[in-house]
Amino acid sequence: MTKKPRYRLSRREFVNSVLVFLGSLMGGVIGLPVIGYVISPALKRQRSDEWVSLGPLESYPLDEPTPFTFTRTKVYGWERTTNSYVVYVLRRVGEQVIAMSNVCTHLGCRVKWREDLQQFACPCHDGFFDIEGNVISGPPPRPLDRYETKIEDGILFIHFVGG
Amino acid sequence: MGERVLAWLDERLGLTTIYSVVLDRKVPKVNWWYTLGSATLFVLLLQFLTGILLTVYYVPSPDHAYDSIQYIMNDVAFGWLIRGIHHWGASVMVVLVVLHMLRTFYLGAYKYPRELTWITGVLLLLATLGMGFTGYLLPWNQRAYWATTVGTSIAGTVPVVGPFILRVLRGGTELSAVTLTRFFAVHVWVLPALILLLVGVHLYLVIRIGISSIPTEED
Repeated sequence: MTKKPRYRLSRREFVNSVLVFLGSLMGGVIGLPVIGYVISPALKRQRSDEWVSLGPLESYPLDEPTPFTFTRTKVYGWERTTNSYVVYVLRRVGEQVIAMSNVCTHLGCRVKWREDLQQFACPCHDGFFDIEGNVISGPPPRPLDRYETKIEDGILFIHFVGG
Repeated sequence: MGERVLAWLDERLGLTTIYSVVLDRKVPKVNWWYTLGSATLFVLLLQFLTGILLTVYYVPSPDHAYDSIQYIMNDVAFGWLIRGIHHWGASVMVVLVVLHMLRTFYLGAYKYPRELTWITGVLLLLATLGMGFTGYLLPWNQRAYWATTVGTSIAGTVPVVGPFILRVLRGGTELSAVTLTRFFAVHVWVLPALILLLVGVHLYLVIRIGISSIPTEED
């Protein structure tokens, strides 16, 4: 029977492993919270889900996209920020109505109704949409986003969901 | 594969040489008081890291300085920890730096040929105190405001040029938004750059000359 030689940890190896252990511990204690610290605001969501009144449907002209502006205030970090939103309302005969966001579906610039062209034009990359928001030309990947609408007692509402 | 990459880099960068020169230095048999410099360096790096992280949310403006710190403390994940480390680390820095200086003084380590190490060390001590002074104003609370009012007033008691120094420090006759931004600039850009430079020289000298042994009876 040969006795297996007992492994002896040298002083240097001991110091090295203690260093690695303590170093990883300290790195972890400081490093992991840093990740949370940097990304935590990105994980906070302020959802909004409400019906916004756009006034009497009658006040919107027929077959002509008309902008309606409303503002909503949110708290971002240490500051209250008021954002304004524009909805283009296209009223058709009867109670047919289309409410479109003015945010270009390409990269988020704001589109404008051009009466001379009878098109929505995006100034950033020459995106064009027709009167109902369908893409005519340019880089936008999909039609303008539409809001869900409802009419109560002749008042037009849009379903504003954000966050 | 990993070893080959390391060897490739080593041949070009001289990593093993740097390692042996920096970490395998011959040192005399000394005691725990000789670790204060490394301890200071460790806390300094912590201050740099946490300070950089604080600037992610902190705003050096009277409108938002206090609120942005409330946000860090209450809403940001581990914000209390990052700011806490920076807050307490500042005091620890001053304590360590002073102890380090006392050790160097009492054990005669400032003598030939280490005068420049001592001089850069004194400048680093002053820079550390400057960091403490400028950082104290940044929370923009009552304590910060009045401490800086008093501190700058003390500078104003210098004969002849005192009032001028006072106005330069405050960026005007009163403590204001201008004071806050200039203290921020000094705290975040000027002094850190100076400290990095001086620490570089200080460490170079420590490595080049080596550390002194504990004086014996004959010394």
